[in-house]
Amino acid sequence: MMDFGFKLSPSSAVNLDTVDRARYDRLVQLVPDARTCIDCGSCSATCTAAPWSGMSVRKVLLGLQRGRDDEVDAMLSKCMLCGKCTMVCPRGINTRQLILTLCRLDRKGEVVR
Amino acid sequence: MRERFASHFDPFVIPFLVGMAFVLGYCLIAMIRVILQLPKEDRRRFLVSLITPKQIWINVRDIFLNCLIHVKLWQRNKMLGFMHSSIAFGWFMIILLGHLEVILFVPERIHLFYYPIFFNYFVAETEQTIQGSMLMFLMDFFLLMILSGIAIAIIKRFASRIVGMRRTTRLSLLDRVGLYSLWAIFPLRLLAESFTAHISGGSFLTIPANWIFRQFLGNDLYALPTWWAYSIALGVFMCVLPFTRYMHIPAEMLLIPMRNAGIRIRHPRKGFASLEVYSCPACGVCIDACPMSVLKVNCKDTTVYLNRQLRRGNERRIAEISDKCLLCGKCTAVCPVGVQGPELREAQRARRKYALSPSYAGINVRPMASAVAGGAGGASGGVLYFAGCMTQLTPSIRRATASLLDKAGVRWQMMDPDGGLCCGRPLMMAGRTEQARELIAKNLEIIRASGCDTLLLSCPICYKVFKEDYPLSDIRVVHHSVFFQELIASGQLKVRREEGHKLVWHDPCELGRGCGVYEEPRAALAAAGELVEAGKHHAESICCGGSLGSLSLGFEQRKAMTRNALDNLTVADPAEIVTGCPLCLATFVRAADRPVRDIAEILDTRS
Repeated sequence: MMDFGFKLSPSSAVNLDTVDRARYDRLVQLVPDARTCIDCGSCSATCTAAPWSGMSVRKVLLGLQRGRDDEVDAMLSKCMLCGKCTMVCPRGINTRQLILTLCRLDRKGEVVR
Repeated sequence: MRERFASHFDPFVIPFLVGMAFVLGYCLIAMIRVILQLPKEDRRRFLVSLITPKQIWINVRDIFLNCLIHVKLWQRNKMLGFMHSSIAFGWFMIILLGHLEVILFVPERIHLFYYPIFFNYFVAETEQTIQGSMLMFLMDFFLLMILSGIAIAIIKRFASRIVGMRRTTRLSLLDRVGLYSLWAIFPLRLLAESFTAHISGGSFLTIPANWIFRQFLGNDLYALPTWWAYSIALGVFMCVLPFTRYMHIPAEMLLIPMRNAGIRIRHPRKGFASLEVYSCPACGVCIDACPMSVLKVNCKDTTVYLNRQLRRGNERRIAEISDKCLLCGKCTAVCPVGVQGPELREAQRARRKYALSPSYAGINVRPMASAVAGGAGGASGGVLYFAGCMTQLTPSIRRATASLLDKAGVRWQMMDPDGGLCCGRPLMMAGRTEQARELIAKNLEIIRASGCDTLLLSCPICYKVFKEDYPLSDIRVVHHSVFFQELIASGQLKVRREEGHKLVWHDPCELGRGCGVYEEPRAALAAAGELVEAGKHHAESICCGGSLGSLSLGFEQRKAMTRNALDNLTVADPAEIVTGCPLCLATFVRAADRPVRDIAEILDTRS
């Protein structure tokens, strides 16, 4: 990385050159609607699991694109599939399908069988 | 009466015998396999039920009413009922009477399988005796009955609308072979019996036919080939039977006693599940009933096609069909056999492998538990109201419920004032039963801490899972529509009736078909206004399209279903649409042309 004379805290630095987006790319292939997310945060506001893992579909999608796989998995592991995010999504994204599909992918973006 | 042939045999019976031996052997092996595939305790339960006198009676009655008379089809559609029962019952009676003839006239031949079937060929009977003429008459009568059924079947195949079906199943190749051989069997039998009627006797159908044929045929040379054709048609039908939809005939006879014994689907493919799949007659009643069928693309995702793909083992299609379904349960409600489409699909979903499985063990519910322990309903009795996830999105229901409880002076408190855990039902619908169990354990902790004696739910999705899967035998689990109806009936809640204000009740899938609650909400609404019915209601109500059951249906596709459900609800032009499910409410509100409200809101404004 270039030296700008100041540093980001290494824990929150996102280096897009080293991020493996295989999982996100595969997800978008399987659930193309994932691309239409406008980051409005309706899902974050309504999530039943949010108090326990900070779960939010918006953050999951961002995390995937930024290579934050551990955070994504931690969030997903508390999702209860209650479907509130689907109900409030202004883009009509089938978030439950998105989450279930994502749970089926391993870190390399392969569907487990 | 005399026997025509000293050898008691003719080669033309061979196709029939081959078919018979094949189908009996196949069914026997299949039956043993299904029974062996059951889990141990289920198998025991089933076998014990087979020797319990009361169960035997119930089984015999159900098999007679369902397999032969097709009562459920009669209730749905008289034409289809007549078609099926005339073929099934008529055929059964012909076989029965054939055996009776053998027992009465040539009892020493009863060990010959083919004698009852081809009786008129081997035995020349006279219609002069009372016995003979009576039996002959009955044989012709039932043959006529079957032929009338076959005629309707042929009409149905080419113009299903005439018999009241918009759509019917597209048959597979083998199904067609079975169908055409089935159609051929009975006209051929009529021909064969007619050709020999002047020798072996006949009745009102066969004797006139025989007379007509003899006018221009003049000899008996046509008789034997026709008997051959009859036997071949029977043989072909029985040889293809295990690979066609006609497998439902033997399968249903095993399904009914098993269902009566309380066996449920435990494995997605084996045991009871496979029996249900094979019991599907592919009649296609579920195609018209399915709420997804408003869009033609979804017709191939109905239960009848799921069963077909399960038989074929087409994994890609099985996954697709299983994921799409709304799990509304209407196909089961209308199915003449009662194939559990939603349960079959849930079992398929449970089979799926995941790289990531959620775990809720780490969730600390102690703060929530201690909050309810010190509440108004704490320590001894009282009502615990669980609003559930969906009701958090429709706060008007929560407010109305709270206000009604206060007006009626009920001692109550909320289980999830600041949002709680999910009930677990959505996970179960997605086939993740293990994970759902963890949530159930967490919720139980809170419920037990409250010391309540009644658990009140305003969401049918929660209601079903709390009622069926939570070990809460000492706590009453009740849906708010039922609870308020009781409060009204006991006079604790006073509701003003507004004359002429038409209200229609939408039966939510989980509440109606899922839990059998139909009448209480209607009674409560009748106290508040003029109750009108939708076009299809009670067990046949149409899903709003918002169901959590479907994993893959998109927003646009659901919209068409919602509009269709709304059209059905507004046939009597109600002023308001009333439902008891927050999810139905939220779905309808987006598309409705008139107010949609929860039953609690209606009652609250009138009390």
